[in-house]
Amino acid sequence: HESLLARRGRLALGLCLSGCRGLSQLAELPDTHQLLRQTCRDFADRELNPIAAKLDKEHVYPAKQIQELGAMGVMAIEVPEELGGAGMDYLAYSLAMEEISRGCASTGVVVSVNNSLYIGPVLKFGSEEQKREWITPFTTGEKVGCFALSEPGNGSDAGAASTTARQDGDEWVLNGTKAWITNSWDASATVVFATTDKSLKHKGISAFLVPMPHPGLSLGKKEDKLGIKASSTANIILEDCRVPLGNMLGPRGAGFKIAMQTLDSGRIGIAAQALGIAQASLDCAADYAHKRTAFGSPIGKLQAIQFKLADMAVAVESARLLTWKASLLRDAKKPFTKEAAMAKLAASEAATYCSHQAIQVLGGMGYVADMPAERHYRDARITEIYEGTSEIQRLVIAGQLLKEYQS
Amino acid sequence: MSGRVLVGVKRVIDYAVKIRVKPDNSSVVTDGVKHSMNPFCEIAVEEAVKLKEKKLIKEVVAVSCGPQQAQETIRTALAMGADRGIHVEVTGKDYETLGPLQVSKIMAALAKKEDAQLVILGKQAIDDDCNQTGQMTAALLDWPQGTFASEVSFDGDKIKVVREIDGGLETIKIKTPAVVTADLRLNTPRYATLPNIMKAKKKKIANVKPADLGVDLTSRLEVVRVDEPPQRQAGVKVETVDDLVGKLKEAGTV
Repeated sequence: HESLLARRGRLALGLCLSGCRGLSQLAELPDTHQLLRQTCRDFADRELNPIAAKLDKEHVYPAKQIQELGAMGVMAIEVPEELGGAGMDYLAYSLAMEEISRGCASTGVVVSVNNSLYIGPVLKFGSEEQKREWITPFTTGEKVGCFALSEPGNGSDAGAASTTARQDGDEWVLNGTKAWITNSWDASATVVFATTDKSLKHKGISAFLVPMPHPGLSLGKKEDKLGIKASSTANIILEDCRVPLGNMLGPRGAGFKIAMQTLDSGRIGIAAQALGIAQASLDCAADYAHKRTAFGSPIGKLQAIQFKLADMAVAVESARLLTWKASLLRDAKKPFTKEAAMAKLAASEAATYCSHQAIQVLGGMGYVADMPAERHYRDARITEIYEGTSEIQRLVIAGQLLKEYQS
Repeated sequence: MSGRVLVGVKRVIDYAVKIRVKPDNSSVVTDGVKHSMNPFCEIAVEEAVKLKEKKLIKEVVAVSCGPQQAQETIRTALAMGADRGIHVEVTGKDYETLGPLQVSKIMAALAKKEDAQLVILGKQAIDDDCNQTGQMTAALLDWPQGTFASEVSFDGDKIKVVREIDGGLETIKIKTPAVVTADLRLNTPRYATLPNIMKAKKKKIANVKPADLGVDLTSRLEVVRVDEPPQRQAGVKVETVDDLVGKLKEAGTV
């Protein structure tokens, strides 16, 4: 019997030795990743920042910018080069996501959903033929995909999916409604989760690939959201929607597992998106603190403002390190479920905190559209909800934590 | 013809940064300040890469003079499509006094060493705005020059350059080897693609010292003082055109 202390010591040493390169990457990024980060930041500063307010106000999908990002390889970062992707790792993805979202959070979510939620499961669970058909055309930015798991009757309770799939000859027939689907109005394909046997509960769910548009698939109205307005969110309605048998993704009954594993990675993308929003809020507040004077000096000299900025900076940096750690663990093919959940939780709460405080620092100017603070506030809010609510993240973290202490 | 193009890339303070003068008025603050590739150098790299893509030239070599950090600028050029880099190491006081004369001597020496067919530079750097390096390089090499280029094309064994001049556009034909300097409207530089960023890691950057090229870095110029531009004064509003003319006459400007 190994004592708990000895075992934890051994685990820690093991993690340290194997993760040493990873740990030094937390302190300083490799040259390639620094260049990637700078390239994405330049793109965000020059191409996204100037139009973000307009995209938000007019609810316009950034088609041109998504194509430009596609040409850079940003729409398929993890996809191997032979399939048309950039062949980079998840740390690179996190960096790209943060910089893009710092320029425009809506563009960020379009990039994230395509990378993690649509391409992600096909890359991990698809056959070679499925990868060529369903990934390669979606690497250039010309086509984007979406992920249809939630339904009007269940969000967090993903296992209770009531969308059905029935086999009819050499086709699957899908029926049901999916809700809150990001990219829906702009997508050319979707990964849909449907059950072939409700009595098996979550073990009856399978994943299916459906092209868009397609007979039997229709879209509900575009939701009028609080934020990330340039990305489309709507219901996907399936009425006797028929797809070939070969459109099942992964084994029958593996749908729930596919969804959960996909969301584990997607969480890192959303954490990075939230980081971008949080950082943009901090940038806005710190810049204002230099320029705005009150009581004879720039407000940055006042302790009340300094404390806010310090707290914001700590929130962002700690969430960023969690996000990078989750990415590094995933890249090293180590378990990362707990860290990804922690990253998403920390980053989304950092985004709402920082954007809230940024408005406070800006005062009246934070409340009007002349400054981006109000848009960051509205964009931040969803990061605590989608791809697993903060409450679900806490359950995931606690579940993993308690397993570690079990002995 | 070797088909080799030398492109000079300079690391400068980023165009978006607010410049601050050091308290001792000796120079501007550079520590901890964001630096990037000179925008006109980006245009120069883009043009060279485009010529290679059109198969008009064979190899693009990116050159930068400066301390260790100059390698970042070279790597950006590699990520845009340059084939290899040459880092000419210049540090400390030498770097502070480095100017167009020394750089053009270095570029001329490298152009001869690398048997370059074409040297493309940005028309000027946004920090010193000298607009001299391209012209001096051509003179030192006794090569023709096409400066302020808004269009470059190959015409047999000559290069056709459309130049932006005060009066409009001037088209010239120059023999190669030649020096061309890039103006704003020559092209729109590409963003590095992620696969190219990965490939850039494997591309070689050679290290060279100015002494190896027989170049003396002594500066003939001494910066006496650096000051911020005078604070802009508030304007004055007048009611009528007569008032305006009156005020202008008072100020002695009319």
